[in-house]
Amino acid sequence: MVFRVSRLSRLVGAVTAATTVAFVAACGADDGGSDGDGTVTLEFAQWWGAELPAGEFDRIIDEFTAQNPNIEIELLSAPYASTKQQLLTGAASKTLPDVVGLDGAWVNDFAKQGAITDLSSLMAEADYDDSELASQIQIDGSTYMIPVVNFVYPLFVNKELLTEAGVADVPTTRGEFLDAATKISASGGDVKGWALPLDTAVPNGIQNDVMSWLWASGGSMLTADGKPNLTSPEVKDTVEYVKSLNDADVIAPGALTMKEQDKVEKFSNGQIGMMIDSLAHINLIRENQPDMEFEVAALPAADGYTGERGIPYASWGIGISDSSEHKAEAFKFVSYLMSQETNAQLSTIANGFPGNKNAEPDFGSSDPLFRTAFEIYQQGYPANEFVGLPKSEDLMRSFAEQLQLVLTGGTSVDDALAAAQENWSSVIE
Amino acid sequence: MTLTAPRASTRAAPAAPGRPRSTLARRLVPYGYLSPTVLLIVVLMVVPIVMVVGYSFRDNVIVQENSVFAGFANYTRVLTDPDFLAALRNTAVFISVSTVAHLVLGLTFAMMLNTQLLSGVTKAIFRIVYILPWLFTIAVIAVIWRLLFDPSGVVNYVLQTVGLVQQGVNWFGDPATALWAVTFVNIWSGYPFFMISLLAGLQGIPADLYEAAAVDGTNWWQRFRHVTLPQLRPVIVSMAVLDLIWTSHQFALIWMTTGGGPLNSTEMLSTFTYKQAFSEYEFATASAAAVIVLLLTMVLAFFYVRSQRER
Repeated sequence: MVFRVSRLSRLVGAVTAATTVAFVAACGADDGGSDGDGTVTLEFAQWWGAELPAGEFDRIIDEFTAQNPNIEIELLSAPYASTKQQLLTGAASKTLPDVVGLDGAWVNDFAKQGAITDLSSLMAEADYDDSELASQIQIDGSTYMIPVVNFVYPLFVNKELLTEAGVADVPTTRGEFLDAATKISASGGDVKGWALPLDTAVPNGIQNDVMSWLWASGGSMLTADGKPNLTSPEVKDTVEYVKSLNDADVIAPGALTMKEQDKVEKFSNGQIGMMIDSLAHINLIRENQPDMEFEVAALPAADGYTGERGIPYASWGIGISDSSEHKAEAFKFVSYLMSQETNAQLSTIANGFPGNKNAEPDFGSSDPLFRTAFEIYQQGYPANEFVGLPKSEDLMRSFAEQLQLVLTGGTSVDDALAAAQENWSSVIE
Repeated sequence: MTLTAPRASTRAAPAAPGRPRSTLARRLVPYGYLSPTVLLIVVLMVVPIVMVVGYSFRDNVIVQENSVFAGFANYTRVLTDPDFLAALRNTAVFISVSTVAHLVLGLTFAMMLNTQLLSGVTKAIFRIVYILPWLFTIAVIAVIWRLLFDPSGVVNYVLQTVGLVQQGVNWFGDPATALWAVTFVNIWSGYPFFMISLLAGLQGIPADLYEAAAVDGTNWWQRFRHVTLPQLRPVIVSMAVLDLIWTSHQFALIWMTTGGGPLNSTEMLSTFTYKQAFSEYEFATASAAAVIVLLLTMVLAFFYVRSQRER
């Protein structure tokens, strides 16, 4: 009996150890994403699928695989923040999925790291005509990201609050905006004219709610050769204008830790009269407040400015991993998403604007405000100078901290901009 | 035992030439069983820690393909960074106040649930109410308290109604109140674990001790000081040290309420490290900060292990 137990015990012990080793070996195995029958499987990591109506993105992918039976697409869908972290760690370990959804704010760092590949050479190899692309994000003259769908950030105005405050027209200049915001804030209760989310966890407020004022008046935060230019008169005017809104007490309280979703919630609840926000939130506001009467408009420009207005945007960009063994197939998939027909479909279901300049989103079943926004978009130009900058989130955060100091009286506008300029200069070489 | 040993030896005797190998195999059997656990520990704990320590001594790793050895430069950079020192200070305040409050609240509520003065039904209701904060995930807690602490939220409404404040306080958005606000929320979310552990400890104190103390003519306070506290001491020490370690790693609550702001007033070691890595892409300094946190935590772990040995 003892002998049997001992033998069995040894056997189980050996099998356990062997299984463990085999498991580890299996974990490290990689088939290179190619099946024995020649079918190539491309991994595509993105956050888009989670933000689209259920099944719609799968349908677009299925169309591609029907046209290209030798290419399979494995969708890796996760929320935006998770996708960012996963791609960052994947880039570090050279295990990025073949095709990656990109935010313009990540491109520079991924490209410098050698994690994403030079799309210009892939376009040349595939003899691809890039004249249809509305834009390409380039580093040192080479394309690393193609914006697939663009989401613009116009001014949202609660018409009821505006009318109650005695303001007939949606503001088109900074002066009119300050006047409208002051009147809305004076109407009583907890209502304020505007919201400024300066949360430093996700400091997008600097891009969407602060620099947008600069871009709307044709200004730039960079010099012609791409260096920081935060001490320029245009940037100073912008920050002073934001400070004047704060001094006039028209900004909803809690700005220093306010997040973008708080801003949308306050607008939906009628606690703020105006905000700068993504078009993607139109449906959300309609769902939460079906009776609310609101409009979208171009961002107010500096008084007297008559030029074209920049309108901030964010993109669902796409890139290809440098470590992918199937770059040609991956580019075939990218060019499919950028084709006139597919891109129009994708931008329609995403409620965004197409990255293919010949594609026309179908506004037939959309909220009429999307068409209004599209007209604003066509009249101006998409502006987002953070796209392609290194460590762009960090640049936003350091600017946000200086702006917080200004708004709390801790420093002057000049000193804050000088400090931000110094910080940015150490990052943007 | 006396039966099996001779049988084993008699069976082993004929196979004398193979005996050493058989003994070796027998000795390796336990390691065979342990191999999955050992492997998991190595893969999930030892390797990452060694890698992070290695990263902390190199030039900016991960984002640079050919990083070089940098000695203690990253540690010097981190330890002289005003933001790190502010984070260290904030973390010290956050964890010490949280732990003391967890202990006081947990003990108070545990004693309330252990008293003979309340009926079983009443205690069951209190037990459910007190345990509620522990049932929420950190994400839900952050959302709830962001709403409650909103300048136009419920807390300010109540305070204004009873005349304690004239205008809404910007709890999370004011540098003067933000650290105390997140500490309060952490206390709210964490005291039930203390309460449950201490309640278990209280229920384990023999009633004889209280009866003997009562016979000696002691009052409530004397019984609390000389019977309850000494009996709970091992639980209190263990819980306090563990809580200091857990709270020092608190990240989600800070990130989802204040993000370390405003103006770094709630920056903790965890948020500082995260920003270094995932915002500034400075993985080497993030690793150095993580190693410093590890060393600080190991000091606490040393006291925890020592307290456990004493038991």
